[in-house]
Amino acid sequence: MKIEDRTQAIINEFSNFDDWMDKYNYLIELGKSLPLIDEQYKVENNLIPGCQSRVWLHAEFDGENVHFTADSDAVITKGIANLLIRTFSGQTPQEILSSSTEFLSEIGLTEHLSPTRSNGMLSMLKQIKMYALAFKAKQEMEKS
Amino acid sequence: MGKEDSVHTSTPGLGDIEAIRADFPILRREVEGKPLIYFDNAATTQKPQVVIDALTEYYKHMNANVHRGVHLLSREATTAFEKARENIADFINTRSARELIFTRGCTEAINLVAATWGRANIKAGDEILISALEHHSNIVPWQMLCEQSGARLVVCPLHPDGSLNMQEFGRLLNVRTRLVAISHVSNTLGTINPVKEIIRMAHETEAKVLIDGAQALSHLAVDVQDLDCDFYTFSAHKIYGPMGIGGLYGKEKLLKQMPPYQGGGEMIENVTFEHTSYNEPPFKFEAGTPNVAGALAFSAAIDYVKHLGIANIAKREAELLHYATGALKNIPGVVIIGTAAQKASVISFLIDDIHPYDAGTIIDHFGIAVRTGTHCTQPLLDSLAIPGTIRASFAFYNTFTEIDHLIKAVNKVREMFL
Repeated sequence: MKIEDRTQAIINEFSNFDDWMDKYNYLIELGKSLPLIDEQYKVENNLIPGCQSRVWLHAEFDGENVHFTADSDAVITKGIANLLIRTFSGQTPQEILSSSTEFLSEIGLTEHLSPTRSNGMLSMLKQIKMYALAFKAKQEMEKS
Repeated sequence: MGKEDSVHTSTPGLGDIEAIRADFPILRREVEGKPLIYFDNAATTQKPQVVIDALTEYYKHMNANVHRGVHLLSREATTAFEKARENIADFINTRSARELIFTRGCTEAINLVAATWGRANIKAGDEILISALEHHSNIVPWQMLCEQSGARLVVCPLHPDGSLNMQEFGRLLNVRTRLVAISHVSNTLGTINPVKEIIRMAHETEAKVLIDGAQALSHLAVDVQDLDCDFYTFSAHKIYGPMGIGGLYGKEKLLKQMPPYQGGGEMIENVTFEHTSYNEPPFKFEAGTPNVAGALAFSAAIDYVKHLGIANIAKREAELLHYATGALKNIPGVVIIGTAAQKASVISFLIDDIHPYDAGTIIDHFGIAVRTGTHCTQPLLDSLAIPGTIRASFAFYNTFTEIDHLIKAVNKVREMFL
């Protein structure tokens, strides 16, 4: 599934919630159901700096697509990580780089987009794009 | 049933709380469709109308540069600026207004001492003694000074309740200790440190003492002569004044010996290309155009506090702290971090093993401003082995009903995460 289709699906899911509490209950559920990260990747090197909660993000590249796993010690942050992984994992570096992150404001998580919240959403997004950029460079080097 | 409903809406001495709240325009704001509940007073306090007026009136009617012009506006501004200095100096009972230097805030005041007194007096092998509960502002400047000078930073540990281990303090203090830098009140735990005893002990070994008063000034009466501290630092915005201004008290003898801080206008006596001689304290440390409006508004904030009475404020805040502590303790799974016998109205807590960030996010949606995280005291939280806390810090304008709302929100957090 393309990134736009995935984000549209997320927007549809979130449009069912009338109030913030339902939305957060869902985020908590998503946080609790985030696929486990391999323990060996919960290392200092994979820690995303500048978050109030600790967030680990691990990326693997199979030559075509990037695969992400993540974990956090805060459940809401894990829920957000789940949304980002659903959106970007299994996509090509180019697709990740050219994708828009508008959907996050559309589902009403804008408060997490402010840099002062330091909850890791912006840092996670930045890190995801950085990985994509690095893997794209690797891909191009191998081609040439 | 809230305490106000059952007991009273006014505190003896302070009078009607609703009337006092009306002095603070921001308290009429709504957040998330609910009236704002502001429990982040340790980060910054809200401003009464008189403080806001002092800022705007200055720019409307008096704005001119100080200490320079002979024209009327400049003379008026200079007189008002120096009167503000006298008023603030008097509030902490300095010997004279010359002992009060205006800075950008408490952080700059500490950095000023590190950069001037510190560089002139701290040598390799010396020790600077701080405590485990210090704010980053009272750690990093000393760390930087130690790196430059080869001195050693020594940290006094705490008891499990968050009070200073005074026995260890006595043991760590020695002839190499040149400076003790300790906060009066902990921003994270609320602990009120026994600073008078600390100062007495430090002076016995001839160490100088800097007290970081950022969290103290708004909660308790401070008398720098009675304390006998060498330096005392504070920020206006934590005592209902504006941001961007604060103060450094220093004993005049020390201030006279200290080299200047920044170079520029105002701090000089005479300048030639070959040599510059410096002005007397406090001007020696106030290079450049000062924050005149800020000083006037700071002074207005002090007047406001004096009008309410610091003893009345302390009494009201103690009641709020007592009520909140009791109510939070009644919730299963809530652990209060920092239970020292002497506390200001700051309450840090954890809810079961829920991450403070998760809890804070939900509490925010109830329109309640609490702080979550490490509160700029990362080493302290590392030593307690916790990722952070949820912190509610009260001012006299907070109400028991507001605390009831916090309790409801905490219960909701438990429902959602457990």
